[in-house]
Amino acid sequence: MMAEPAAATPDDLIKQAEALRSAVGADFHDDLMLSIYTDAARIADHAVTREGAARGRFYLDRTIDRLVTSRVWGFPMMLFMLLAVFWITITGANVPSQMLGDFLMGAVYDALHSVAQALSFPWWLAGFLIDGVYLATAWVVSVMLPPMAIFFPLFTLLEDLGYLPRVAFNLDRLFHKAGAHGKQSLTMMMGYGCNAAGVVATRIIDSPRERLIAIITNNFSICNGRWPTLILMGTIFIAATAPPALASFIAATSVVAVAVLGIFLTLAVSWFLSRTWLKGEASTFSLELPPYRPPQILKTLYTSIIDRTLIVLWRAVTMAAPAGAVIWLLGNVTLDGVSIGEHLVNLLNPVGLLFGLNGVILVAYIVAIPANEIVIPTILMLTMMVGGSSMVQPGVMLELESNTEVYNVLVGMGGWTLLTAVNLMLFSLIHNPCSTTILTIWNETKNLRWTAMAVFLPLALGFGVTFLTANVARLLGLV
Amino acid sequence: MTVHTTTSHACETCPLGTNAQLIRLGINVEGWNYVVALAGNPNTGKSTVFNALTGLRQHTGNWPGKTVTRAEGGFLYQDERFKLVDLPGTYSLLSSSLDEEVARDFILFGQPDVTVIVVDATRLERNLNLVLQILEITDRVVVCLNLVDEAERHGMTVDDRALARDLGVPVIPTVARRGEGIPELLAAIHEVASGAYKARPHRINNHNPALAQAIDTLAAQIEARFEGLPNARWVAMRLLDGDERILEAVRSGELGILARGAQPVGSALQQEAA
Repeated sequence: MMAEPAAATPDDLIKQAEALRSAVGADFHDDLMLSIYTDAARIADHAVTREGAARGRFYLDRTIDRLVTSRVWGFPMMLFMLLAVFWITITGANVPSQMLGDFLMGAVYDALHSVAQALSFPWWLAGFLIDGVYLATAWVVSVMLPPMAIFFPLFTLLEDLGYLPRVAFNLDRLFHKAGAHGKQSLTMMMGYGCNAAGVVATRIIDSPRERLIAIITNNFSICNGRWPTLILMGTIFIAATAPPALASFIAATSVVAVAVLGIFLTLAVSWFLSRTWLKGEASTFSLELPPYRPPQILKTLYTSIIDRTLIVLWRAVTMAAPAGAVIWLLGNVTLDGVSIGEHLVNLLNPVGLLFGLNGVILVAYIVAIPANEIVIPTILMLTMMVGGSSMVQPGVMLELESNTEVYNVLVGMGGWTLLTAVNLMLFSLIHNPCSTTILTIWNETKNLRWTAMAVFLPLALGFGVTFLTANVARLLGLV
Repeated sequence: MTVHTTTSHACETCPLGTNAQLIRLGINVEGWNYVVALAGNPNTGKSTVFNALTGLRQHTGNWPGKTVTRAEGGFLYQDERFKLVDLPGTYSLLSSSLDEEVARDFILFGQPDVTVIVVDATRLERNLNLVLQILEITDRVVVCLNLVDEAERHGMTVDDRALARDLGVPVIPTVARRGEGIPELLAAIHEVASGAYKARPHRINNHNPALAQAIDTLAAQIEARFEGLPNARWVAMRLLDGDERILEAVRSGELGILARGAQPVGSALQQEAA
């Protein structure tokens, strides 16, 4: 038996531990791990019996894995899956979008106005409530609900099936080359739902250097709030350049191209950061590929519609209603006979055009700092308020019942070109994170410098990229 | 706040009484009698078990790293209120990433009354590494042997009774996705929480005698300094490994608080009642 130790002081204990550590040797950690592994193997061996025959499923999993993570087929299959998902989303959302638009902006809008008339509301109250708050909300619902109700369940199915870790596996090699942690591919995947969630997920990365890289670049994963903008632009502008038979396919391709550009930017910016402000070697880690699990279709539908679609929609609606009110005020409070909104748009218009965008888009992105979801409704309302003032009374919006009419408003009143749409898609990918994400970045880093970098680096990059495309397009005489 | 109640008939009299005795409390975790931690490797279905017990719909996904923070929920079982804490999935408690620290700190310093370790039956050996490490910290453990349906499809059978004997703690086979085994899991949690189950936890056999000797020496001194500390051996291992967090806990006397609080909250309440 050991000598009965007197109650040692904490410092004694630590000294004793250090003395023993040097006596045991440097292999302590490895020795301990080996002991644990040996015990675990023995206990597992006691408990598990295997039948040699029924291992077919395992081999099926392995065969699929070899295919989806192969160097040759991995990326093409990834692109194909993304394309398929967006193609289904875009073709599937057309009809319900139209129906919702007809209903909310036709029947309900007219009914609300007749009620207001019957109750003899003053014009400004009816305008503020119906043309401001209600219309903005109705737009968000009819433009965003159908694509989200199709896209989110499909994406969740891929997730449940176990496909996302395979994508992460394919990307790991590239992240390593960019000097970033392979787990960044997982946090990037989280970012495709919500960047704030993606930033929180970077906690799985142990090295502070690589974690910062993952936080700063998470913004290049297109979040729930940005998918609808891309899908709408792809559907009404990009698809218009193709023959009708190929329209949906071209629209889907354009959305996938923006997503792939996002992955490329994530890698390029990671590479840049790991060679400038965040120098260092990439650490290694092991990524477990989970087994393919048959997805529970009904449960997936339920959770992706309730948890994702409705939450995103609710966020958009709660943001759109006050935004609609603000925009209505912008359009109806006048200064020197011209509305404040028009002043603002006119002020920013020259800057916007320089970047192949316009003043309306820039104002929309300022209004939409709290949530990317309201970019499209804000753009539409502002465009009609400013460009359409000669056709309708100020601040009252046209009834936009279909995508064609959205197209007509943007082109006819806003003077949009294909370049405007392309640059809006690019700017939607590359701009500052929303205020929730900025707050999350601050909470996770508690560092003003990194938070500022996460905000301004993508913004600067976004203006750089749009400036470049605008000028290239103009040089080539495309616009 | 929604409280789901399940009505039942004959089941109420049966001690293994299905979910009938379970009342899911969602996020209502006030006034709990017992704290239950949910640990396990990534992607073993911890969040699914969490949802099955609390009625919450914490997002589950088929990929590791879904849960990086602690999620909490509550349930009522046999008139006792349980607070359930879902910890991030970890392979080990011996390294130092943030998610592992969250899990380790909670199991050690949060002193849950029961730690449920969710184990993937198809990858038993690797999952046991974590189980053995947790058993060094606490013997108030229930092993939830999840995904037994997948193991069967892979042509594997896991003998839960052999496993329970070797580990010295209850082992409950479950298919959490379909709610199979959840009543048995609840019964086991209750037994361990109330102290009705006496664990004889497995101890890691150090194959290096010098190592075993060093751990024993240090553990004896730690026990003398912090009387009643339930996991002196594990603290000794961490000190020998130079774990900063544990060194700090020794220096600041935080371990002393652990030693005094070694009696879990739940059983203390019961003694007061008696």
